[in-house]
Amino acid sequence: MKLLVAGRWLTALGLLLLAGVYVRALAFTPVERTQGLAQKIFYLHVPAAIWAEGAMLLVGLASAFYLFLKDPRLDRFAEASAEVGTIFAAIVLTTGPIWGKPIWGTWWSWDARLTFTLFLFLLYAGYLLLRGAVADPGTRRRYAAVLGICGACLVPFIHFSVYLFRTLHPMPIILKPSAPSLPGSMLATWLFSLIVFTLLYVAFVMQRYALALLREGPAGGERHA
Amino acid sequence: MLRAEGLRHAFGPVRALDDVSFTLQDGQTLAVFGPNGAGKTTLLKVVAGLIRPQGGRARVDGGRRAVGWIGHQPQLYAQLTVWENLRFWASLYDVAPSDAILARLGLDVHRDRLVRALSRGLVQRVAIARALVHDPRVLLLDEPFTGLDRMAAEEFRKLLAEQAASGRVTVLVTHNVEEGTELATDVAFMRGGRFVYLAPRAGRGAGEIGDAYRRAVAGG
Amino acid sequence: MLRHAWRIARKDLLIEFRSRTAILAVAVFTVLVLLVFNFGRDPTAVATRDLAPSILWVTFTFAAVLTLNRAFHLELENQALEGLLLAPVARGSLYLGKLLANLAFVTIVEAIGLPLFALFFNVPVLPVLPSLAGVIALATVGFVAVGTLFSAMTVRTRFAELLLPVLLLPFMIPPLIWAVLATAALFAGRPLSEAGGWLRLLGAYDIVFVTLAYLLFPATVDE
Repeated sequence: MKLLVAGRWLTALGLLLLAGVYVRALAFTPVERTQGLAQKIFYLHVPAAIWAEGAMLLVGLASAFYLFLKDPRLDRFAEASAEVGTIFAAIVLTTGPIWGKPIWGTWWSWDARLTFTLFLFLLYAGYLLLRGAVADPGTRRRYAAVLGICGACLVPFIHFSVYLFRTLHPMPIILKPSAPSLPGSMLATWLFSLIVFTLLYVAFVMQRYALALLREGPAGGERHA
Repeated sequence: MLRAEGLRHAFGPVRALDDVSFTLQDGQTLAVFGPNGAGKTTLLKVVAGLIRPQGGRARVDGGRRAVGWIGHQPQLYAQLTVWENLRFWASLYDVAPSDAILARLGLDVHRDRLVRALSRGLVQRVAIARALVHDPRVLLLDEPFTGLDRMAAEEFRKLLAEQAASGRVTVLVTHNVEEGTELATDVAFMRGGRFVYLAPRAGRGAGEIGDAYRRAVAGG
Repeated sequence: MLRHAWRIARKDLLIEFRSRTAILAVAVFTVLVLLVFNFGRDPTAVATRDLAPSILWVTFTFAAVLTLNRAFHLELENQALEGLLLAPVARGSLYLGKLLANLAFVTIVEAIGLPLFALFFNVPVLPVLPSLAGVIALATVGFVAVGTLFSAMTVRTRFAELLLPVLLLPFMIPPLIWAVLATAALFAGRPLSEAGGWLRLLGAYDIVFVTLAYLLFPATVDE
C-alpha cells in the first residue's frame, strides 16, 4: 500500500517539523507582554482550529461532488477528512482550556469560539455516528454526503455568531481585514506552524484513506462500478 | 410495453441481478419463479424505478404513472379507513378512486373501516385495490397471493386475467409455481440473479412447469 | 408540486388527529419539561425573568426533536414510502409535504406550551405576543426543515430515536441562541427592531436550510 507508507512518512516529517515549531516558538520568538508564556500555545491552538474548520468544509465539498459523481473515492476522502477534523477539534478543545486557565482564570469558558469548536466536534461525532449506524455501503455514502453538506453549510453560521457575540476570546489577530497586528517573528512562527498543520492534515487523511481502502477489501474498489 | 435490457445490480458482494433481459408486449403476463434470495424483488423494484440499476436499463411505456405495484408490505396507512387510503393514493395520481374496484374485491362493506382493524387477507385485498386505483397499464406483483384465502385468490386470479385481456402488461413474481402458472403467457425461472429459463408457457400446466422449474433451478 | 405536498401533509395530519397519542404525549412531555425547570432552579437565587427565554426555548427544542421522527416513521410502517416514491410525485413535493406536516405539528405543540409557560412562570407574554410569534415562527421553520431532512435518514438506521437528537441538536443550537436573544429583548420590553440582527440571522438560516434540505432530500430516498 503505497499511500499508507507515504502517509506515514509524511506524518513523521510533520511531527518532526512540529517539534521544530516549538523550538522556534519557545527559543526564538519573543514572549507576549500581557499573556506571558501561556501565549505560546497559540501556535498550536490556532492552526488546529483553522484545520478543524477547514476539514469540515472539505467534507462538505467532497460530499457535494459525491452526490453528483457517485465516485466512492470522494466518499472515502470525506470520511478521512471528518476523522482528521475530529482530532484537530479535539486538539483545540484541549489546548483551549490549557491556555484559558492562566489567562481567564478558568479551565472552561463558554466563550463563543471555544463553544463553537465544541459544536464542530459534535458535528463530526454525529457524522461518524451516522456512518456507523447504516449497514448498506451505498446508503451510508448517500446519508453521510447529505449530512456532510449540511455540516459545511452550518460552518458560516457558526462563524457569524463568533463575530456577533460578546466574547472573552481574543479577537482574530491574523485573519482580519486590516494588516496583521502581530510582530513579524511571531507571525513567521505562526505561519510555519500553519504549514506544518496543513502537512499533518494531508498526511493523516492519506493514511486514513488508505486504511478505508484496506478495510473495504479487494472488492471495495470496483463495488460501485 | 415493458423492456428490460441487461439489468445488473449488486448489494455489496451479493449479485441480485446479473444480466437480466426480457420484453413484454401489451396483454402478456410474465411469471417469474425462483427461490428466496434469487433477486425477484430486486428485479421488480428496478423495473418499477425504485432502484436505479448499476447496469442496463428498464423501460416502461408511460413511465412511473403507468405502473401499479403490489409489494411485500401493503403500503397502506393503518390509521386511515379503506376509502381514505384509496382516496389518498388516487390523489397522488390526480384521479378519484372508483367504488367499482371496491365492489369487485368484496371490500364495499369494509369501506369505512380502519385498515388496522382488518384481517390480513382483507388488507391484502385493499393493497390490490390500491395498486389498481389509477388504472395502471403495467402491473408489477410481488407475491400478491400472500394472505389471501382460496376464494379470494381465485377471485384475484380472475381479476388479473381480465386485466391481461384488456391489454395490461403484468410481471408476477412468486416462489410458488402452483399460484402463478395459470395466469402466465410467459414463464421465467430465476436463480442467483439470472434468468436460467425464459420461454412462452405454450399451454403447459402447473405440473409441467413445476417439473421444468425443479430441473432448471436444481440442475442448471 | 404544492398540490401533492399539501395532500401528503393533510394525510399526515389526518392520521395524527385520528390517533392523537403522539400529540398528547408531546403535550404532556412539554408540561413535564416546564415542571422540571420550575424545580430545577433556586427561586430565591435566580429570577424567573432572567431564565424565562431559556426555559421557553429549551422546552420547544426538546418537544420538537421528539416529534420529528414521527413523520417518516409513519411511512415505514407498511412500506408506504415505496408507494410514495413510485407515484408520479416529485421528491421535492414529498419533502415539502412532510415539512408542512411537521411544522403544523410542532406549531401545535408550541401553541400548547406557550400559555402554560406564561402561566407557570408568570411571564407577561400577551403584550409581546405578535412579535414573539414571529420569532418563534422564524426559528421553528429553520430547525424543522433540517430535522425533517435528517429524520428521513435516521428512521432507517438503528437507534433512530437517539441518533436524530445527536445529529440535529448542533444544527438547532445556532437558531436557538438567536431566538433566545431576540426573546430576551422582547421580554425586557425592548422593541423588536433592537433584535434585528438576530432576526436577520434566523431568516438567513431558514432560507439556506430550507433550500438545502429541499435539494438534498432526493439523495435520502433514491437508491
